[in-house]
Amino acid sequence: MKQIKVLGSGCRNCEVTAKVISQAAAEAGVEIELDKVTDIGEIMGYGVMSTPGVVIDGVVVHSGGVPGPDLAREWVRGSTDGAS
Amino acid sequence: MPDPFAWLGDLIAYSLFGLSQDSAMGSALQFFVMDVAKIFALLVIIIYLMGLLRALVSPERVREFVRGRPDWQARGMAVGLGAVTPFCSCSSVPLFIGFVEAGIPLGVTFSFLIASPMINEVAAVLLIGILGWKLALLYIGAGLIVAWFGGIIMQRFKPERWVEDYVWKIQMGALAIQRPDTSLLGRHRFAVAEVKEILRRIWKWVFIGIGVGALFHGFVPEQWVVDNLGDGQWLAVPGAVLIGIPLYSNATGVIPVAEAMLGKGVAVGTVLALMMSIAALSVPEMLILRKVIRWQALALFAGVLGVSFVLVGWSFNLIA
Repeated sequence: MKQIKVLGSGCRNCEVTAKVISQAAAEAGVEIELDKVTDIGEIMGYGVMSTPGVVIDGVVVHSGGVPGPDLAREWVRGSTDGAS
Repeated sequence: MPDPFAWLGDLIAYSLFGLSQDSAMGSALQFFVMDVAKIFALLVIIIYLMGLLRALVSPERVREFVRGRPDWQARGMAVGLGAVTPFCSCSSVPLFIGFVEAGIPLGVTFSFLIASPMINEVAAVLLIGILGWKLALLYIGAGLIVAWFGGIIMQRFKPERWVEDYVWKIQMGALAIQRPDTSLLGRHRFAVAEVKEILRRIWKWVFIGIGVGALFHGFVPEQWVVDNLGDGQWLAVPGAVLIGIPLYSNATGVIPVAEAMLGKGVAVGTVLALMMSIAALSVPEMLILRKVIRWQALALFAGVLGVSFVLVGWSFNLIA
């Protein structure tokens, strides 16, 4: 099961990002473990300065904005690379 | 010059709604329709083109550019890059910590925090399109100067002592800068996403700004403006700055307000001071920054900016 983390200290865009991802997972019928990371130290630990950021299985795949639904679909389906 | 947006405004306000050109309601509605059409059309085009060229710089990249440089170079880059970095106040805490962690002097970070919300390419193009290139240059020039010296003045007060302790302890992981997809399709996708993202973030401010501008345009009598907010009204400048400090709008949202005010004869410096203080300073922004610095530093920050905006306003009122 994929572990997806949304990095962001509780701003609206972070909520939206989490929703986009859980929706994409539900549509694709994939089970994921979705966490929201709000601790600023932990967020910075991932090297992310512009939130929201997205981490999949420990790898930062996205930062600095709400991802589009097609991007989120790619993430839940599997190919962690190729995500820009 | 025939202006399709003004034409659309005329059509809807005067022909469709049958309002008189001389009525307050008519001219307010005409202004509103014209500006909504014009500003959103310009926004979509500008943001798309910027996205296509990938002209928007992320804060992560700014940090890499600025770190480890001598003070004046670092400040020059912070101010210059701040002007081309789209800024979301929700990012200001990680940005602040990231800069501190990279050993970037606090004064330089403040320069960046001043320049970033006040100036950006989108606002610059809109300023040229709506208020003309002269006023655009004045606004941008004044903004850069305030950002440069504002940071230097902040530094003089040794703001390090007001930074919250935990900030110094955070260790930042290796930077995650993603390699962009530079194919044409990749660029197009990125640009479309960027348009959606930025519009979603700022549309409210733009609407509010146009609404306020329209009300001002339609309902505020010109004679009153000339008497109270025209040249030679010295107190109007600090008044404008004080009103603008708690208010917040995106830099794009203040442009229609400025348009309406200039149209009625409000002095240029007064308008510039109001625009800057609305875009650069706000209560929500302060509350967010309070997480990393104590209120003494915030009060100083607000004070330095407030005084600078008043000086900018006065000098432009004198020159103009």
